[in-house]
Amino acid sequence: MAQPAISMDAHQEHHHDTFKLLGFWIFLVTDCIIFACLFAVYAVLRTHTDGDLTGRELFEVKGFTAETLILLASSFTSGLASLAMQKGSKKHLLGWLTVTVLLGLSFVGLEITEFAKMASEGAAISTNAFLSSFFTLVGTHGLHVSFGLIWMTGVMVQIGRYGIDAHTKEKVTIVGLYWHFLDVVWIFIFTVVYLLGVM
Amino acid sequence: MGEKAKGFFVTGDPLIYGADVSIIITLLGILVFLTYFKKWGWLWREWLTTVDHKKIGIMYLVSSLLMLFRGGVDALLMRMQLAMPNTHFLQSQHYNEIFTTHGTIMILFMAMPFMFALFNIVIPLQIGARDVAYPFLNAMSFWLFFFGALLFNLSFVIGGSPDAGWLSYPPLSELAGSPGPGQNFYIWGIQISGIGSLATGINFLVTILKMRAPGMKLMQMPLFTWSVLSSCITIIFAFPVLTVTLALLFVDRFFGAHIFTATGGGNPMMYVNLIWMWGHPEVYIVVLPAFGIYSEIVSTFSKKKIFGYKSMVFSMMIISVLGYFTWVHHFFTMGAGADVNTFFAITTMAIGIPTGVKIFNWLFTMFRGRISMTQPMLWTLAFIPCFLVGGATGVMLAAAPADYQYHNSYFLIAHFHQTLIGGVVFGYLAGLYYWWPKMFGFKLNDRIGKWAFWTWNIGFYVCFMPQYALGFMGMTRRVYTYGWDMGWAPYNMVSTAGAFLMGIGFVFQVWQILYSIKHGERDLTGDPWNGRTLEWSIPSPAPHYNFAHLPEVKSDDAWWDMKNHRYGAAVPNKMKEYAPIHMPKNSGIPFLMSACWFVAGFGLTFEWIGVGIAGLAGVGICLLARSFQRNTDYYIPVDEIKATESSLGRVV
Repeated sequence: MAQPAISMDAHQEHHHDTFKLLGFWIFLVTDCIIFACLFAVYAVLRTHTDGDLTGRELFEVKGFTAETLILLASSFTSGLASLAMQKGSKKHLLGWLTVTVLLGLSFVGLEITEFAKMASEGAAISTNAFLSSFFTLVGTHGLHVSFGLIWMTGVMVQIGRYGIDAHTKEKVTIVGLYWHFLDVVWIFIFTVVYLLGVM
Repeated sequence: MGEKAKGFFVTGDPLIYGADVSIIITLLGILVFLTYFKKWGWLWREWLTTVDHKKIGIMYLVSSLLMLFRGGVDALLMRMQLAMPNTHFLQSQHYNEIFTTHGTIMILFMAMPFMFALFNIVIPLQIGARDVAYPFLNAMSFWLFFFGALLFNLSFVIGGSPDAGWLSYPPLSELAGSPGPGQNFYIWGIQISGIGSLATGINFLVTILKMRAPGMKLMQMPLFTWSVLSSCITIIFAFPVLTVTLALLFVDRFFGAHIFTATGGGNPMMYVNLIWMWGHPEVYIVVLPAFGIYSEIVSTFSKKKIFGYKSMVFSMMIISVLGYFTWVHHFFTMGAGADVNTFFAITTMAIGIPTGVKIFNWLFTMFRGRISMTQPMLWTLAFIPCFLVGGATGVMLAAAPADYQYHNSYFLIAHFHQTLIGGVVFGYLAGLYYWWPKMFGFKLNDRIGKWAFWTWNIGFYVCFMPQYALGFMGMTRRVYTYGWDMGWAPYNMVSTAGAFLMGIGFVFQVWQILYSIKHGERDLTGDPWNGRTLEWSIPSPAPHYNFAHLPEVKSDDAWWDMKNHRYGAAVPNKMKEYAPIHMPKNSGIPFLMSACWFVAGFGLTFEWIGVGIAGLAGVGICLLARSFQRNTDYYIPVDEIKATESSLGRVV
């Protein structure tokens, strides 16, 4: 459909691509507010232990440090994936995305183990208000990560099928943004929940 | 399990059996009609899969009018119950359910979709765009709203309606207080449609920021566009809070958590704070676009540029920011202390200032204008005194110490109905009359419209003025009956009479629409009101692609300027060359994905985990399917544009 005199329309069409990125940034704003609310709820309820089971007794430094390092590393590898994409190397792009997904999987695995262990010690979501807010905040982040893993895998399949083109580039950029965002949220969880919890 | 199955269908009340029968008859009627006239394919191709903002707007409009009917019937049932003392027309439980569904439906399933209808129909046309920024997402928003509303309304006949008030405060709305599925219907109905509202907020913000016609600067945008911009910003900051709050309530109910419970260290007042952090901005979300509508109408029908354009823009932006800092005034009685209450009392009163500025601007626009008393103008004129009284009683309520007297009384009920009906509903109706010709190509009949206008307005004052008095006399909201000794009987009787007058007004409007479909004055020019903004520069109804040529904007009131200086679309030009137009393809995914959300919501409402997971899996599959789609757009060829334009009389 190469027709002359469509400069105006081509102009709008060109903009449609950047629309997606802008829209996603605004979506991240809304997601930020969701996490802000969950942090606020946690801040109010963290001392409402209804007797026993405080964070100091429950949180294990080794476990959450490992989770933190793994997630930070995955953010780094997703950055390396973007670099590989800029260089046009499909092989390296897919490689780094695979590493990112594997790191994300081990993060989710560790978190599930941590949650299961806490529940087995009698610290479940229904035990007291502190634990309710803890599981909701950290669990929401975990759900976001799990969703991101499925999403990233879907993008990888598309790269395998279509190679690096405008569509897949945009998708990698957006899923990368999402991944970094979850990393930032985790830094806050690490600080507000775990570090303040064990202090 | 047997117990559960027994409670599945709501039984025992003749009103509900009547509803069951009418629902089944209506459904059968629709199915027979579609099959007999072979309309299934048409329904799927033209409506269920459409991504055209104009059609989506019409679907929003139809749904919101249906919901206005349902919410209105709820209101009349309540007024019948309260007309006389010691009435047993409704049981207390049934009354609780009705005031809950009345409030929830009127705000979330009537006002919001009515507003989105006007966003969809007007904004792209007003800024000279061919669609919204994300047409696919726009269709998704509508269907999420639709299935959310369907889920909520289903509670009437299946499982039982929610009964904990329109904002469902815990601990009453917790599992211990409301063990049935009703409260889950509330959570999932609102949650599903809320995701759609949030997406619409993002969609129209980007549309307005990025898709304005070439040359249209921000400070040249029509005021309705500005009002939608401010409303969208508020949606983006407020709706996530609603999402979290409802999700946390569900976590409490589903997993037995203790976030808002009265036991286990939970904090019920935190819910009240959170829900009003959404709830208060929400009233500005719905009223700001109404302000925009009034601005358009006052300017058009006074034949004058709006007075104080810049101050209009600034006051709307100030309202959308300040609206976020007033939420505690809904519960001064929480006992947060004098300092906190003072802060929120001052912010609340401060909002009166930009609102007052706007009122003066409308009045000054009319001053020495050549006013024509059309239907949109009538509703605008009715709005000004009504909103003024509503605002003044609002300032009375904002005085924190005095609020301890008014709190939860009928004084409050009268106040917020006056702002929400006098401000929001009057505004949307004014907008409906104003843009109706643009949507459907004909005007709504004037004579029946005036009957509707006067019954609505007289009915409004007869209904709500006595309620201010009842509030002072000590009548609190949500009482389902009272004794003769209270002395409330005459006022309540008058109030009920007023409510029925408003009901008659609505019937007039339905008649008006049906009558005008056949006899309404056709709009052949596309500019029936001698309008000032770009939507009036194209034919009514607008062609699929809106603008054959994107307009070049040189000033504010762009279309008025084109008409006066004879350029742009005001000059028919046979030399115009068309170019192919890039448009999005229809898609069935928004409908299917929202249907999956409905299945998920229904399953989680009844705590049928399997159904819930299946629904969510369906949502995931739809998302992935969309992600893998590549050819989502097409071009309208030049020949088709030429044919359409000449059939509309636009090619000389």
